[in-house]
Amino acid sequence: MLAIDAKDKEKIVMPLFRTSRAFIALVSALGTLALIGVAAYARQLYLGLGVTNMDRPVYWSTYMVNFIFFIGISHAGTLISAILRVTGAEWRRPITRVAEAITVFALMIGTLQIIIDMGRPDRLAFTILNGRLQSPIIWDIVSVTVYFLSSITYLYLPLMPDAAILRDNCPPDAPAWQVKMYTLLALGWRGNRAQWVRLEKGIAFLAVFIIPVAISVHSIISWILATTVQPGWHSTIFGPYFVIGAIFSGIGALFLAMTGIRKALGLEGYIGLRQYRNLGLLFLTMNALWFYFTYAENLGIAAGQQPEEFVVLAAKLWGEFAPTFWLMILMMVAAFWILVVPKLLPASVERVAVFQPRVAFASVGAAVILFALVSLSPRTPALAALSTANSLTLAWAAIIALLIFAALGVTFWLKAHPVASATIAGGIVLVGMWLERWNIILPTVTHPRLIPYAAYFPSLTEGLVTLGSLALFVMMFVVFFKFFPAVSIWEVAEGRVIEAAQSKNIMPAPEPSKTGLLRPRKFKL
Amino acid sequence: MSKWSMVIDLDKCVACQACSIACRFENNTPAVAPDQAEMGRAMRWNDVFPMPINSMEGSGEYPNVKTQYMTRPCMHCENPPCIKVCPVGATFINEEGLVEQNYARCIGCRFCTVGCPYGVRYFNWFEPQWEAPLAEHLNPDKVEGKGVLEGPAVRPRGVVEKCTYCIHRLKKAHAQAEAEGRDFRADEYVPACVQTCTGKARFFGDLEDPNSAVSQLEKNTRSFRLLEDVGTHPKTIYLREG
Repeated sequence: MLAIDAKDKEKIVMPLFRTSRAFIALVSALGTLALIGVAAYARQLYLGLGVTNMDRPVYWSTYMVNFIFFIGISHAGTLISAILRVTGAEWRRPITRVAEAITVFALMIGTLQIIIDMGRPDRLAFTILNGRLQSPIIWDIVSVTVYFLSSITYLYLPLMPDAAILRDNCPPDAPAWQVKMYTLLALGWRGNRAQWVRLEKGIAFLAVFIIPVAISVHSIISWILATTVQPGWHSTIFGPYFVIGAIFSGIGALFLAMTGIRKALGLEGYIGLRQYRNLGLLFLTMNALWFYFTYAENLGIAAGQQPEEFVVLAAKLWGEFAPTFWLMILMMVAAFWILVVPKLLPASVERVAVFQPRVAFASVGAAVILFALVSLSPRTPALAALSTANSLTLAWAAIIALLIFAALGVTFWLKAHPVASATIAGGIVLVGMWLERWNIILPTVTHPRLIPYAAYFPSLTEGLVTLGSLALFVMMFVVFFKFFPAVSIWEVAEGRVIEAAQSKNIMPAPEPSKTGLLRPRKFKL
Repeated sequence: MSKWSMVIDLDKCVACQACSIACRFENNTPAVAPDQAEMGRAMRWNDVFPMPINSMEGSGEYPNVKTQYMTRPCMHCENPPCIKVCPVGATFINEEGLVEQNYARCIGCRFCTVGCPYGVRYFNWFEPQWEAPLAEHLNPDKVEGKGVLEGPAVRPRGVVEKCTYCIHRLKKAHAQAEAEGRDFRADEYVPACVQTCTGKARFFGDLEDPNSAVSQLEKNTRSFRLLEDVGTHPKTIYLREG
């Protein structure tokens, strides 16, 4: 009989045996969306890939973007549970389970995208039977399979003691099958010393093993693009660029997931501000690295001015991909702002008139109106005066200034709501990273060498399958945490023991100086 | 061993597109519906298109305007980017230098279509269809074996196809020579587009044989290859106009 803290039992164990109305409503809504996606895919399977808007030369599009995006999110688990476990970051404990679950489910959905994208999914086995080791797709199959198997093991190993705790602490009215499931999953865990030693060894080995595997997964995905000679893809920094982007979007997904779990189950006592602050710092690091790589990648193309490559960059900077490209940049800048600027402001800033949400709303409104005028100006005779170079520059400068004003306006609200602001930043980055994958795949395939340039917009089928995949992902996540504890019970308990031991340490007091214990304050702020 | 090559003299080409039509009927390439062709899903193993391809690239200022017609089969590269990326070996280069495509093996991942810098590869978005009289007159030739389906065989939905330099004609010529108990001669094999070319602009032969027409023409000062800078070493060689 494994004991459990009474508070943990109330907060973590008991919700697993209650089915709320909200859960049923959420799962049915997500399930409906997923079923619509399945129906759209069934139609595509029956009629052929022609029901998408893909053509020659747009042979890869939305499904490929989704594939890279979902596999990217899966890097959340590795970062949090493996890298932070190896480096002994104590604050990771309450969020490891959420991160590992994201990894497993995102990998499932990501792999599904490739099967959806295949012309002959019935010949999937040929990749094993007739696989050519020279093809990056085979490297990808190998690394994603290894990553999936190791991350599902990595989700299961720390779950084993928790399953035993659940087995021993079920409420008396718990359904028999649920108790049976926990008993099975606990594999006879009794919590003796030999078992703990084995478990810790296993987790420690997997944690070290999974880091290079995760890095290989997204590197190989980037190499699928980089090993071709297509303009814009044939780049040496794609490997690290994609890995950084993957971890970046993974943290974004983790922010959304942990806030959702925290709100739904009332886990404020477990997932606290410390997690948000530290994860936010990692997030910022990835954001800065992402900007660095994006700049480095595009600078070479811009300076080189190679005719085939430059048209791809031009399409992104001011061509037909400018809206998605600049929206992506705007979102990444916004995420950076949300996490950095509020921290730099003193608390007294509330009294300054600029830092008011109403200023933000007014500025955004003005910026939107100005933007509409600028984008309509060449077509509307009444606005023809706006389309001179000087007035356009002025208008764009005003839009940027207004956006900065808007950003200043919400800053104080963000400072007062650290959890909400981290979640917003996470959501923004998720959308931004999806757009980033779009901006890598589509401009290149629409600007080939010996085929006329093409345009592409997803068809209804592609949209529904994408929406269904996303819904399926969220649904698997929600259902999983209906039956398994969202916070690793034993790891948090272990963390408490470590913290209690550390709190007994005595910090050496500063030596008294001649002027006394307090140093004179230099600046009176 | 032979190294099959095609030389296209752009000075002689009149852009009549007879090669495209000959190819379509020889290889059973389906004519897609107009709305599909509008989307860019037309299948032209042997394409004829104006250069420059995109209007913004500019063909000169009036009156010094120049547009050139290109006719483009598969390049049958010596270093093909398409076969390097294929995960299942559905596309491969054979011992005679032809880049083949096996419809029975292709999984439809379209990595090769993305990898080919010349855009010579086509994907079957839908089941191929022909209008009633055409459907009765398909070319019955095919290259078939265990797990092999090549040449003009009607393609299933969801696979990639491409110009094969009429591989079935080569196989037939080899079989004929063998049945008659003699050595195969290079002039017994010619693709349909070369055979039909109105302006006699296309030459076909063995690049290994120094006396063949293609070997001689390759040495011509007008000869060039498409996109030489991508390092694919095409065996389809062009002779520059003018």
